[in-house]
Amino acid sequence: MEALNNNPVEKRFILAGLILLSAGFLFGLTGALQYVVPGFLKQVFSFERTRPLHVSSIVFWILLCSMGAVFVYLQQYKGKKIFSPLLVKIQLGLFVIDILLILISYCFGIFGGREYWEFNPLLAIPIVAGWLLFGYNFLRSVGSMKNQPVYVWMWLTGIVFFLFTFLESYLWIFPYFSRHLVNDMTVQWKSYGSMVGAWNMLIYGSSLFLMEKISGNKQYGRSRIAFILYGTGLFNLMFNWGHHIYTLPTHHYIQYISYAVSMTELFILGRIIFQWRSTLTAAQKYSHHMAYRFLWHADIWIFLNLVLAILMSIPAVNVYTHGTHITVAHAMGTTIGINSFLLLGIACDILLDECVPARINTRLLKKGQQLTNLSLLVFWMALIAAGILKSKWQMGTIKPVYFELMLELRPYFIAFSIAGIGITTGFLIIIIPLIRHHYHCLQLRKEYKEMMTHRQASAA
Amino acid sequence: MFSEKQIVISLITMLLCFLAYSSFIYLRLPVTGNDQAIAVTEGKKTWQRYNCNACHQLYGLGGYLGPDLTNVYSKRDTNYLKAFMSSGTIVMPDFHLSEKEKSDIIAFFKNIDASGKSDPSSFTIKRDGSIEQ
Repeated sequence: MEALNNNPVEKRFILAGLILLSAGFLFGLTGALQYVVPGFLKQVFSFERTRPLHVSSIVFWILLCSMGAVFVYLQQYKGKKIFSPLLVKIQLGLFVIDILLILISYCFGIFGGREYWEFNPLLAIPIVAGWLLFGYNFLRSVGSMKNQPVYVWMWLTGIVFFLFTFLESYLWIFPYFSRHLVNDMTVQWKSYGSMVGAWNMLIYGSSLFLMEKISGNKQYGRSRIAFILYGTGLFNLMFNWGHHIYTLPTHHYIQYISYAVSMTELFILGRIIFQWRSTLTAAQKYSHHMAYRFLWHADIWIFLNLVLAILMSIPAVNVYTHGTHITVAHAMGTTIGINSFLLLGIACDILLDECVPARINTRLLKKGQQLTNLSLLVFWMALIAAGILKSKWQMGTIKPVYFELMLELRPYFIAFSIAGIGITTGFLIIIIPLIRHHYHCLQLRKEYKEMMTHRQASAA
Repeated sequence: MFSEKQIVISLITMLLCFLAYSSFIYLRLPVTGNDQAIAVTEGKKTWQRYNCNACHQLYGLGGYLGPDLTNVYSKRDTNYLKAFMSSGTIVMPDFHLSEKEKSDIIAFFKNIDASGKSDPSSFTIKRDGSIEQ
């Protein structure tokens, strides 16, 4: 048993992430209830608190699990321990303490007040410090970048660009950038648009490694097509952030560059369609594999959200979708259907792989997957339907008051709230056994150690 | 398989383009020479302090629980806005804002309103698929 993979500290990143994912969904459900029941918890825990609690919990789930995955897979790839386990511990400590402080600060009404991902700027310092430790440990563990497979390049890209964009998102603290709202929003969405691409690099890199591990085919990570797709992703990360601000009165060239660059995503879309048959064959071949099932489900969501993303990248279409729930459908579809599914696949691979004698009820996990997938589809479609109605309202010449629109959208809010309960339940059906399995394995490992010590003592 | 040299050259070229693009944006921000009144700056701070963006949008970016407020200043008079901020709504809590905070937020709204239009129905869609305000 000692020979089995055992990265207790690295696994704690994933465990903490799973706890945050569960918390994020509970905060999300509270927020959804505030849409369905106007005024729900208005004076004690209103939406300006539940929304950042939900967003930050989910973003930190993505970051923590991505970091844990990079540490575990890097060690499996290199076949040796990470450069400094002590730095990994310090990094985890910094993140966990900081995340707790951030979540508590929202409860006390202390905000950064920025759209999307926000908290007090002082609380960004530990994240930068933790990320620098991550980067340093990664580089020292990799050694040379010579002749590395694409996933190592993707991890490096994710680490560098997350740091750059995270720092860039705090340029607003300098009056030069925040003096005028249009300047502020231009730089803010430049950073946020690319930041998502940066954490996607970490997730997709680990997913590629996992795919290689499951299939046993070590050639893909060094193939020409893998590097072309990585290059396309990087190109979009760098220059395709402008679609967030097509309607902002900023420089026109930002719109044209983003519009043109986003069309390169058609290549990725075309490849998914071209590869569909072989993807299906592989899905049947590895359907028994829990981690693979998540990768395969994420593939479907990549397809659906990529179609939506390409459409939204056309300014003439974006003018109809911007500021509507279609944007939320895209954000939720990618965060849940792509990022979370891929990370859960990775979590299954890492946490289920750790001790052979402790079996897990995979039938239960599969039920959880089915419930999550089905609920997500309802959730996604309810948001798109609400978005279409809001778009119609926005484009109308005579606009009824906003409250009337919200009443019209109420059936869709009810639908997405019920679907949200389904997604949460489905995820909990997966997360709880995963965490229990991990602690069961820890217990088994401890008993095994004690038994070995006892045997050695008896032999002596 | 690409050679090591091809990968490194491609990455360096892309990175240099990205840095040049970023620097260009930082040095030539869309709005220049705008020395705002202190009330506008304070209004923006108040907006952020109460996390108004969680529910309201500016230029279509923000939450969906309340309406987009980019051009609220030209649509509603100051007293109406102050009344909303003072009492809240069925959804929005009363944040117990001081008179100064309310005035600062209104100065901020006035400033945003002057910067452009957020109503998508006022946009012109061009034949190449781009849009113009």
